[in-house]
Amino acid sequence: MAAISNGHEASSFNIPPIKFTKLFINGQFVHSISGKEFETVDPRTEEVMTKIAEGGKEDIDVAVKAARVAFDDGPWPRMPGAERARIMMKWADLIDQNVEEIAALETIDGGKLYHYCKAFEIPAAASTLRYYAGAADKIHGEVLKASRELHAYTLLEPIGVVGHIIPWNFPTTMFLAKVSPALAAGCTMVLKPAEQTPLSALFYAHLSKLAGIPDGVLNVVPGFGPTAGAAISSHMDIDKVSFTGSTEVGREIMRAAANSNLKPVSLELGGKSPLIVFDDADVDKAAELALLGILFNKGEICVAGSRVLVQEGIYDEFEKKLVEKAKAWVVGDPFDPKVQQGPQVDKKQFEKILSYIEHGKREGATLLTGGKSVGNKGYYIEPTIFSNVKEDMIIVQDEIFGPVMALMKFKSIEDAIKSANNTKYGLASGIVTKSLDTANTVSRSIRAGIVWINCYFAFGNDIPYGGYKMSGFGRDFGLEALHKYLQVKSVVTPIYNSPWL
Amino acid sequence: MTGLSNGASALNKVKFTKLFINGEFVDSVSGKTFETIDPRTGDVIARISEGDKEDIDIAVKAARHAFDFGPWPRMSGAARGKILLKWVELIEEHAEELATLDAIDAGKLYHMCKNVEVPSAANTLRYYAGAADKIHGEVLKMSREFHAYTLLEPVGVVGHITPWNFPNTMFYIKVAPSLAAGCTMVIKPAEQTPLSALYNAHLAKLAGIPDGVLNVVTGFGPTAGAALSSHMDVDKVSFTGSTQTGREIMQAAAKSNLKQVSLELGGKSPLIIFDDADVDKAAELALIGILYNKGEVCVASSRVFVQEGIYDEFEKKLVEKAKAWVVGDPFDPKVQQGPQVDKEQFEKVLSYIEHGKREGATLLTGGKTVGNKGYFIEPTIFSDIKDEMIIAQDEIFGPVMALKKFKTIEEAIKSANNTKYGLAAGIVTKNLDTANTVSRSIRAGTIWINCYFAFGDDVPFGGYKMSGFGKDHGLEALHKYLQVKSVVTPLYNSPWL
Repeated sequence: MAAISNGHEASSFNIPPIKFTKLFINGQFVHSISGKEFETVDPRTEEVMTKIAEGGKEDIDVAVKAARVAFDDGPWPRMPGAERARIMMKWADLIDQNVEEIAALETIDGGKLYHYCKAFEIPAAASTLRYYAGAADKIHGEVLKASRELHAYTLLEPIGVVGHIIPWNFPTTMFLAKVSPALAAGCTMVLKPAEQTPLSALFYAHLSKLAGIPDGVLNVVPGFGPTAGAAISSHMDIDKVSFTGSTEVGREIMRAAANSNLKPVSLELGGKSPLIVFDDADVDKAAELALLGILFNKGEICVAGSRVLVQEGIYDEFEKKLVEKAKAWVVGDPFDPKVQQGPQVDKKQFEKILSYIEHGKREGATLLTGGKSVGNKGYYIEPTIFSNVKEDMIIVQDEIFGPVMALMKFKSIEDAIKSANNTKYGLASGIVTKSLDTANTVSRSIRAGIVWINCYFAFGNDIPYGGYKMSGFGRDFGLEALHKYLQVKSVVTPIYNSPWL
Repeated sequence: MTGLSNGASALNKVKFTKLFINGEFVDSVSGKTFETIDPRTGDVIARISEGDKEDIDIAVKAARHAFDFGPWPRMSGAARGKILLKWVELIEEHAEELATLDAIDAGKLYHMCKNVEVPSAANTLRYYAGAADKIHGEVLKMSREFHAYTLLEPVGVVGHITPWNFPNTMFYIKVAPSLAAGCTMVIKPAEQTPLSALYNAHLAKLAGIPDGVLNVVTGFGPTAGAALSSHMDVDKVSFTGSTQTGREIMQAAAKSNLKQVSLELGGKSPLIIFDDADVDKAAELALIGILYNKGEVCVASSRVFVQEGIYDEFEKKLVEKAKAWVVGDPFDPKVQQGPQVDKEQFEKVLSYIEHGKREGATLLTGGKTVGNKGYFIEPTIFSDIKDEMIIAQDEIFGPVMALKKFKTIEEAIKSANNTKYGLAAGIVTKNLDTANTVSRSIRAGTIWINCYFAFGDDVPFGGYKMSGFGKDHGLEALHKYLQVKSVVTPLYNSPWL
């Protein structure tokens, strides 16, 4: 059974009060029109922390109107990119200055590890904001090569009012990864954070106002998918929707977009990413990588390495080390710096994962370790590893989104590639090998948007990131992401007496 | 109106009437066929195999096999380019047949097709043949010790659903970049105009395109088209056609396997003529803008806004020129406008003309059919338009112009943007500042300044707003058929970051 921390260090942590609980529209925190509120729950204790204003269709309409005025008539798109950049940099500084408070919000809202948020996730998100701030004055159209006497060029124009719908697993990262390129491009936006994790989004909105983001440019409307989210995806005056979340909701968003004003959508959806470990791998390091691949952020990550394929030559040794390490993994209160894994985000996810674990047992997979909940309060689940799995098992095909690994043995490189691709998803993958040729061949052959060689979760601001197949389309991060928020306009004029063509 | 030329020799050019799957011409699984009609006469040209879901399934299987195991994506870009260039030669050798097929299938002007459209399509294929070995990923700038790069990989099996207004052009602008990218595909051409697509498939085989790489399944939207857009094993659909069908395709994609879609839809493009324009040239441009290809062009300048200073003179010249426009048999080199593509379009256009009259617009010229056989309509111009009129908002897709006077540049911009569409726009002015301001202010994907229909292989083309998303032409178009994969490895002891 996984080790549990005793929680002493956590209980002495001073959690700051929650300051922002209303909708942020046109530069003000306001109640929802209906007056409704919803509860947000601490997954460490299952207790209600506070009530948040619940945005519905009418609130989305008000927010979109504000964003539309801000785009069509306001200063934001009309400023030079460098000026947008200065405001965004100021915002990044404010985020750095408030890192502890924001990290605490993420911990109580999402069960995320406090020290990880404070030392890594929030600073990384601030660096993403800075990255796009630096790009804002470097967005280039092209002059084209005409085959007749024409002068033609492309303008990369901000697409307009953007709707962002973000998930609950990385509230900070998702907020800034979506908002930063859209702002840099000159767009205005309405963002609906996940109902499980509204707190940091509202805090960021507050900081954005302090930084000087003009009213109406960035609006945050907490609420639920079927109401506020649906209102965004079917809004007739939103020019683009960018979504990260489940495949099922992704479908609904694309349909709503098609049914309404044919707005372009980009979707970053689920995954069942394979980590392939070859015979020449350092077994100890590979086992550690595999464990981190499924336990990082309690398995609540779209690129989790939830299928681990190990070549037969090292399989037995690998399985032994893996189980040892899993048993030593510390599950407990996320404020405790010794803890490696906090609670799942809410009751629904908790129950869903446990039900998948039952499926795994019933399907005849071998439970190597874990499989049970931890403690009797909060949503904690043991690191769980199944072996002897068959590719058509539910636990091998479905995205579980929890600390549950499916471990498989393979013989040849072709077998590994075939198994790796035997999924409807295509988000990420990992390869562990010292062989250059194996790395090159396998990285070309796996149909996924990210291939990590001898590493995992290696994100970077300049690396585009997104799915193949049913993991979606469109990229976050990198200069690629800007294109989601830009439209290409071609301008063509005849020329006379040009000395060259 | 000029008399019809002898169509018998034209009918000899109809050699291919079956589905083209995996390198062979085959009957549809059901054995069903449908008629394709000559809009000059309303007569049947030929019976064509009617593909349905089962045929799409077979074609997709062939394309999938060709992608996952076949030589096409595994060849170098240069090798693909070479085969595409051979195909270009064959197109040029067969330009007359291809032009004839579009003339009898769609009522397009034969000489325009032969001397302009088919050679342009061949140039598009050349353009992408030359791009096939120049598709670049990037090495990224890491902020930690990692080596990271992007690969631009072919997206896989592509479904192309092409419209009836420019059959040859549309075939090549879709097929060329996707082939260059290394994809395989299934094309469903519009049921009104299947002939040139099948002929082009034949040329593809002669050129050396491997079996299964390019498949053509003729048939109808609700059957074959729907099967393609909802297929679980098609990776991407590229569509040009009506806004309504575009919606259905996007929905089908969402419901099935969340395949990527790109849509090039309708338009109600404005042509704005300022006081400093040469009135005679502007009137000619405006007329071509709405009458080219009998108004069956998504970028037709169906709304013409003329500044008040030159309005009266402009209207006079416009009507003169419209009355002199020659409507007749598209094989006759003197004819400037052939028949509308089919009975459905013909009746739709006439009904919009009735709307215009009822809404109180002034009919300056035209408004009636021409002759008593075939689908010919007079060049029709309405003035005294209000922005909210149906004939100012709906895409009519025929030789019907809505003409309006304006005062200021701001008024022109406002009217120009008062539409759910955003495909193209034209500006006629000698003033540099007017041109720059107005081109930035109109929300449309292509702005033509002192010209119209100025397409280019290197110039990306596609809509804003409800005219769709995704670009044809240019290197931009390749991106529709490529996917970005990021590959990341740790680095040790690098002398720079």
